[in-house]
Amino acid sequence: MEADPVLLARFQFAFTIAFHIIFPSFTIGLSAYIATLEIMWGWTGREHYGRLSGFWTKIFAVSFGMGVVSGIVLSYQFGTNWSGFSAAFGNIIGPLAGYEVLTAFFLEATFLGILLFGRNRVPRGLHIFSAIAVAVGTAISAFWIISANSWMHTPVAYEMRNGVAHPLDWWAIVFNPSFLYRLTHMLNAAYLTAGFVVLAVGARYLLAGRHLDEARTMVRMSIGLLFVLAPLQLFLGDQHGLNTLKHQPIKIAAMEAHWDGSKPGDFHIFAWPDPANERNRFEISIPRGASLILTHDPNGLFPGLTSVPKQDRPPIHNVFFAFRIMLGIGFFMIAAALFGGLLLWRGRLFDTRWYLRIVAQTWWTGFVAVIAGWVVTESGRQPWMVQGLMRTADAVSPVPAATVATTLAMFVVVYGIVFTMGMYYINRLIAKGPQEQLVRPPKKFSAGPLAAAKGDA
Amino acid sequence: MEWDLPLIWAGLIGTAVAMYVILDGFDLGIAILFPFHPDEHERDRIVDTIAPFWDGNETWLVLGGVGLLVAFPLAYAVIMPAFYIPVIVMLLALVFRGVSFEFRTIAVTSKPMWNVAFWLGSLVAGFSQGMILGGLIQGVDVADNKFAGGPFDFATPFAAVCGVGVVLGYGLLGATWLIMKTDGAIAERSRDQAQVLLLAVLGFMGIVSLWTPLQFERISERWFSTPNIFYLWPVPIVTALVALACWWGLTRERDNLPFFSAIGLFLLGYLGLVISVFPYLVPPSLTIWQTAAARESQMFILIGTLPLLPIILGYTVFVYWVFRGKVREGEGYH
Repeated sequence: MEADPVLLARFQFAFTIAFHIIFPSFTIGLSAYIATLEIMWGWTGREHYGRLSGFWTKIFAVSFGMGVVSGIVLSYQFGTNWSGFSAAFGNIIGPLAGYEVLTAFFLEATFLGILLFGRNRVPRGLHIFSAIAVAVGTAISAFWIISANSWMHTPVAYEMRNGVAHPLDWWAIVFNPSFLYRLTHMLNAAYLTAGFVVLAVGARYLLAGRHLDEARTMVRMSIGLLFVLAPLQLFLGDQHGLNTLKHQPIKIAAMEAHWDGSKPGDFHIFAWPDPANERNRFEISIPRGASLILTHDPNGLFPGLTSVPKQDRPPIHNVFFAFRIMLGIGFFMIAAALFGGLLLWRGRLFDTRWYLRIVAQTWWTGFVAVIAGWVVTESGRQPWMVQGLMRTADAVSPVPAATVATTLAMFVVVYGIVFTMGMYYINRLIAKGPQEQLVRPPKKFSAGPLAAAKGDA
Repeated sequence: MEWDLPLIWAGLIGTAVAMYVILDGFDLGIAILFPFHPDEHERDRIVDTIAPFWDGNETWLVLGGVGLLVAFPLAYAVIMPAFYIPVIVMLLALVFRGVSFEFRTIAVTSKPMWNVAFWLGSLVAGFSQGMILGGLIQGVDVADNKFAGGPFDFATPFAAVCGVGVVLGYGLLGATWLIMKTDGAIAERSRDQAQVLLLAVLGFMGIVSLWTPLQFERISERWFSTPNIFYLWPVPIVTALVALACWWGLTRERDNLPFFSAIGLFLLGYLGLVISVFPYLVPPSLTIWQTAAARESQMFILIGTLPLLPIILGYTVFVYWVFRGKVREGEGYH
């Protein structure tokens, strides 16, 4: 078979972006947690908050480093892999990406320096401010990137002139119809992801009888957060789904493996979609379940896959199964969060060992759910690069398949090494646990801002 | 043809690239010199001199890349496929370089491996950047506003010379940075290295300055035709004076002068290249006006850039100020 440059370019981009999203989905949440810990430490003066903040900051530094280096790659891949897209839609996507760099990337990268190395160099207040700046920076970054991405799903306020998109109304472009649904769903996913990691680490220390002060704080704080955010995610996801039904009904049809739009849709707990014969095999379904969820009416109708020609349908297996993975994890998260909340309320959270044993192992749930969710939304947009406007096949760069294949192999090897070692080092930091923070006596700071720093310099 | 906005954006992106080359230049430079500082404690100290800054420094590379997409999407869409291989090699090298900062502080047995990754990643990144620069100067094959050449078009002896030149230049920035930010044995050694590197950099600047007008008629026309030559003759003279200042600073053991005059050398070399290729963004066919984004797009992001850029520069300067002074033995941040 002849190697297909479009498919290779897609593989390469899917690989690099899936690798990248692991880190922001963790660091967006974790930076907010670190900022909270810094504030609590400043507020209460209790030392274990400081130890926790220092501990998670080290883990943050490793994850953020991997996120930055893999993110820079993406900002160039729009051109190396998708120059057709860049030339046609640079007028719209470019400024959104540009604002991300200007408002977020510099903010987080610069204040990270103070957060990591400035504890003994700047006054406490400025250190707390730096932690907040990093957390806010990561969220602003998500704002712009999700805006650009959402526009590719729901393009509005543009005019095509000679095959090039020209903007008509920036406000409408930034706040395009799917943007706020996608942004809230993604940000909440990021906070859930970090919440389950913090919960797992706290549960491990509790089970091992180590760092008990810190462990109880981590478990209590994360359960408190997850108790609210996990059920909220179901609501946000549902709203996002309804929005998708309105703008990208074929994506929804693929998510539900719904072929015939003239009948109400079942919710398939399991099925093996058969695109050649336009039907499903091995269905285990809740009759009319999908209609009920999507139209709030068991007899409601929504478009099926057969309503568009075959070449306009997304790769159904990716979308269908990734959606079920995300959904399954989501329901597990809700169950774990609500049960944890119940235990906390009953005062049993720290000694219900079977519960702790489970959540100590489920640190990965958020990451898998995030990647699955992105597979649903991005595969679900195919064969379009920009919904209805440009096919992915027309967006690809004029680069030979062999070149793309070679660099794909290089990405796999390099990212494989970096990811494996990164995980190994994060595990080592977790095994070592929170350490005393070496903070010089506060009186040195009270001599005036930065007097201490001057003394060292 | 509207001429003003593309010109402003060319200036802004030019500034971002210059910021990147200088700021990440010394980061990459100290790593390129790693093999010449064999002591592990000294290496930790060397890395500590840039640890709080490198991430912000590298962000200028993102601004350069994204800025090109923002303001000149057509140039971005031609340059990236044209330099597909060196761009991706550079990015992967920067991946190794970037993760090494954190990894080498945590690693125990695998620390030597991350020292190599730090050094090699920086070396390859610098060389790739020089190759891309050289490839751009020599020109890109464009047809119908798309890249029309082959994947190895960039790989010429001229591009390789530019690659080596950039590596040496980064080395000079790194060595002079260490003179400013350290003392004792590291600073002593850096002073000796910087003298060798300065001579080598001047040699390569000379080679490129002769090679480009000889090979490319458009460049010799730019420099040597009248009346241009009357305006342009101070460029090489000022370059020579700055080089002398750098040498003087090195031999008289000044702490700061060598670093800032090395920056001056970089800026002058950069200015020379701009003079050689302007107004082409993708020589020899696409100008900044031909590749410019829609006016409303350039305007939309310019409105934000004008207040944001000074703020970014402000807090960048602030962080350098917080971590000012020399990094002394036993004062590491980790």
